[in-house]
Amino acid sequence: MKHFFTILSHEVRMLLVNPATYVAAVIFLSLMGFVFTDILETFSRAAQDTSPADVFFKQFYLPVLFIVPLLTMKCLAEERRLGTMETLLTTPVTTTEVVVGKYGAAYVLYMGLWAATGGFFWILKAFAGDSRLLDPGPMIGGYLFIAVSGLLFVAIGVLASAVCRTQAVAGILCFAMLFALIFGGSYLGAATWLRGDIMHPVKSAVDYAQVLQHYEDFTRGVVDFRQLLFYFSSTVLALLFSILAVEAKLLHN
Amino acid sequence: MTLLEQNKPAIEVSHLVKTFSGVTAVNDVSFTVEKGEIIGFLGPNGAGKSTTMRMLTGYMPATSGSISICGFPVATQSEEIKRRVGYMPENNPLPEDMRISEYLYYRGRLKEVPRSKLGSRIDEVLEVCDLKRVRHRIIGQLSKGFRQRVGIAEAILAEPPVIIMDEPTIGLDPHQIIIVRDLIASLRGRMTVIISSHILPEIEMTCDRVLIINQGRVVAQGTPAALRREILGHVRYEIIISGDFSSLNRVVSLVDPNITVALQDETDAEGFKTVVLTTDKDEELGEVLLKKLIEAHFRVRSLNRQRPTLEDVFLAATRRSWDVIDKK
Repeated sequence: MKHFFTILSHEVRMLLVNPATYVAAVIFLSLMGFVFTDILETFSRAAQDTSPADVFFKQFYLPVLFIVPLLTMKCLAEERRLGTMETLLTTPVTTTEVVVGKYGAAYVLYMGLWAATGGFFWILKAFAGDSRLLDPGPMIGGYLFIAVSGLLFVAIGVLASAVCRTQAVAGILCFAMLFALIFGGSYLGAATWLRGDIMHPVKSAVDYAQVLQHYEDFTRGVVDFRQLLFYFSSTVLALLFSILAVEAKLLHN
Repeated sequence: MTLLEQNKPAIEVSHLVKTFSGVTAVNDVSFTVEKGEIIGFLGPNGAGKSTTMRMLTGYMPATSGSISICGFPVATQSEEIKRRVGYMPENNPLPEDMRISEYLYYRGRLKEVPRSKLGSRIDEVLEVCDLKRVRHRIIGQLSKGFRQRVGIAEAILAEPPVIIMDEPTIGLDPHQIIIVRDLIASLRGRMTVIISSHILPEIEMTCDRVLIINQGRVVAQGTPAALRREILGHVRYEIIISGDFSSLNRVVSLVDPNITVALQDETDAEGFKTVVLTTDKDEELGEVLLKKLIEAHFRVRSLNRQRPTLEDVFLAATRRSWDVIDKK
């Protein structure tokens, strides 16, 4: 892992000088800003059972589906298309360092974007000064969920980029995989054909991978070790497949 | 430098084979490159030059055979190899949105150049490659000649003992080719260099030794002069004369009985003809030939010993390998 930090800092730098990153950031922050204003308007009309932070973080899938592909689609697909993968891998750098370094950079940026939404809560605190609107529990739970689930979402983006030659295909594949992961769980969980006894193992696996349910638990303050394990192990798996995909393409190109 | 590295040739390749889903790209290639040598890979498109080079860098595994660089086998110690090889791939891929100095710094860090030495080393390679003026320019906006020099600067950055460059002069104008050629020649003795090209005069000028590859096989190797002798094996004289052509055969056989005469049909307005004489003798026959022709009352306008170019060698060698393959 000697070169991990070299690659990480290089990649973060390259993301920061890339105009596309700022476009993504502006879209992300304005989208989340609209969501937040909308929530505040609802709260100002009538008192609600939940805190604004809870409703706000419930919309996490909106930016995830668009920002994660934007941030990650370039990382390995572009290197391969330009041929710079060849120059990169003929230096004393391992494939693992390259993949993990790029993954780390995308994750840092993803978290940076989410951290910027902290400004919304700060503005709310500064101008509304209403302690009922700022419940720290769901807020901390929400950010924790974003941080933990982000590990997996970004890893899926890197995997999509590792198996595709063009950015566009990588972006679409990443979107499809994230969509399947976030909404497929609740769809399958509700499916009647999985209710039978014979399907019990499948059903329990599906119940285990309910991303939307995980979110509910996190904001209620329930941080289940099994859920953490789900995200950490899937992240490791996605990154392992990415490394294998990069190496397999070396053998068969 | 360890003891292992000292007495070994820089590159040793034996019985190297690479197949891609049934197609053999490199077929039983063996060669050795000594330290400090500049060697040229020559071959038509698709001959297996790039594939061989990629295998030398450890980027692509070989199907069978072995490669060792500075005594380290590529297959098992690819980490050691990567520290000892500077590689510039075909078409020289570079990131578009970085400045030259930033790019070299990043590459230097990846190649494990100590941080304290990196700054001065970057200045040095920028100087050598004449890139000082453009060091803060963005690579994507550079012309082809500059990009190519950035690739070379990057390859020599970590001062590796072995440098492999795939078509370093492709797409350059003649002036830039001379600069790149001088640059490569300046590495002679310090580093072992392998370059591939299909521009023949360039290889002839810079390389100590030439390896001609065709259809995945080494069809000829040696110094340009040795290759000329080995493959063409004869010397040609071109003379323009006028006189009694019926006695020409007799006159030239006095010089060398095995000489063959090829008369051209056209005679110009003053009765001069171009005649090509081919002989196996390597020594200079020009003077004797001239004397005998004048004694036989020929009017001689010119006599010229033709130097076969590497191009002739290349064409002869690749044709020869096709003949061999056709016979099989």
